[in-house]
Amino acid sequence: MSKQILSPLPGTFYSKPSPDQPAFKAVGDAVAVGDVIGLIEVMKSFNEVMADQAGTLVGFIAEDEEPVMAGQPLIELD
Amino acid sequence: MAIKRLLIANRGEIAVRIIRAAKELGIATLQVHSAADAESLAVKMADEAINIGPPMASKSYLNIASILKAAADTGADAVHPGYGFLAENADFADAVEAAGLIWVGPKGDAIRVMGDKVAARVAAESAGVPVVPGSDGRIDDPVQARSIALAIGFPVMIKAAAGGGGRGIRIAHDMEEFDRLLPQASAEAKAAFGDGGLYVEKVIERARHIEVQILGDGTNVIHLFERECSLQRRRQKVWEEAPSAALPQAMREKLCASAVALAKAVNYRGAGTLEYLYDDASSHFYFIEMNTRIQVEHPITEMITGIDLVREMLRIAGGEPLRYTQDQVHLTGHAIEARICAEDPAQGFKPGPGTITHLKVPGGPGVRFDTLLYQGYTVPPFYDSLLGKLIVWDETRAMALTRMARALAELEVGGLPTTKPLHQALARDAGVQAGQFDTRWLEPWLEQNAHMLGEESKAL
Repeated sequence: MSKQILSPLPGTFYSKPSPDQPAFKAVGDAVAVGDVIGLIEVMKSFNEVMADQAGTLVGFIAEDEEPVMAGQPLIELD
Repeated sequence: MAIKRLLIANRGEIAVRIIRAAKELGIATLQVHSAADAESLAVKMADEAINIGPPMASKSYLNIASILKAAADTGADAVHPGYGFLAENADFADAVEAAGLIWVGPKGDAIRVMGDKVAARVAAESAGVPVVPGSDGRIDDPVQARSIALAIGFPVMIKAAAGGGGRGIRIAHDMEEFDRLLPQASAEAKAAFGDGGLYVEKVIERARHIEVQILGDGTNVIHLFERECSLQRRRQKVWEEAPSAALPQAMREKLCASAVALAKAVNYRGAGTLEYLYDDASSHFYFIEMNTRIQVEHPITEMITGIDLVREMLRIAGGEPLRYTQDQVHLTGHAIEARICAEDPAQGFKPGPGTITHLKVPGGPGVRFDTLLYQGYTVPPFYDSLLGKLIVWDETRAMALTRMARALAELEVGGLPTTKPLHQALARDAGVQAGQFDTRWLEPWLEQNAHMLGEESKAL
């Protein structure tokens, strides 16, 4: 069954630690509870998003550098 | 040529401030905005609004092509950049002028010189303005570095010539430590910036941040006295005052004269601020950098001089000469600004965007609130957390502090956390009342008083 990790905050989603680095997690990667899967920038402060579920990353629902709402799904796990 | 149609290339409270000044001059206002700011106060107040892109600043407020297109599409004849975003981007200033528009600010070349720390330091020295003692530019030879460190006296800061943002900075308290840190700093600079070049600067341990406001028309320059912004958290100003409580009159005159000399040396046009460190103990001041734009804390200068800085910027950009001579600028009373941000001081200043459910704005004599808020507005999470600036004026500093406490008690913002409890605690703090602080005062104070900020937040 597919699982989703939701954004805890409203802001801008980043799937990479910085623009010139690879994404925290790529499709097919294993995700464990507590792994950082992305960042949410809220008013110029950066907050790590930790996985609260484990699984294999199936895909990104939120795009890198795009606005997200609190509670919006960010990634999908299998 | 007087400005007729002004494009405001900024957002938030400063956009509102610029719109107000423009309206008083009969100038039409064209407000660019991101998709997240369609409901902003500035958009509602402006004559026209133009969506220039998605919420992320790099795709909207920092998107030069998009802003220039908006200017062309709306028939703008001038651009005011506000502060932050593109305000100190010399290439943007050049691009605006190349498009045949008036840039409300200094020439791109003046931004380039004063925006580069080493070039600004050289300009300051040649204008006879004291700078922080240190090496004149980069040093590559360790023997030379040692002799400079000895000459300026410990502690010294070792900085990467190519650096920025605090990377590659080491502080040495004696020669033994200096010898140990120098190669480390060079290696780190080489790794981080591809250039191991260093420079050495004296550490001013107990410094106040004092800055001088100037206005120039390209020929003449006047100063509008100083502001003190020593209360800072993470190098961000929290509370500002004009004038400084610490500056004797003779020192004020020297400091302000030095700012005018430096601004004149670069034929400065528009509003600008020269920042200094001031050491109470030795009564020395040192130029650190110039901001070639309007600043957040400009209203306290307006309160003590009665001069509308943003309006004067627009007049100067429109080709008028300065309307004041130095002897027409008088310092009256004392003003304080408290930056009200959407952050919770009880929770490590965690930012909290949200919808304004309730708003009560303070009023009465000597009180001004420059804000982007209105009842029902949703503060977006994409930009900085500044909600408004509470500014008070009164005859003396003690009276201004009392008035600040009164105005803060009147201010009510519902729906998100604000830094109001911090300012209330500062207004009644004995150290603040005595004017006994420096740039390293606030952070330890916050650690000691964290519990108090928490309780007060809950009570509100």
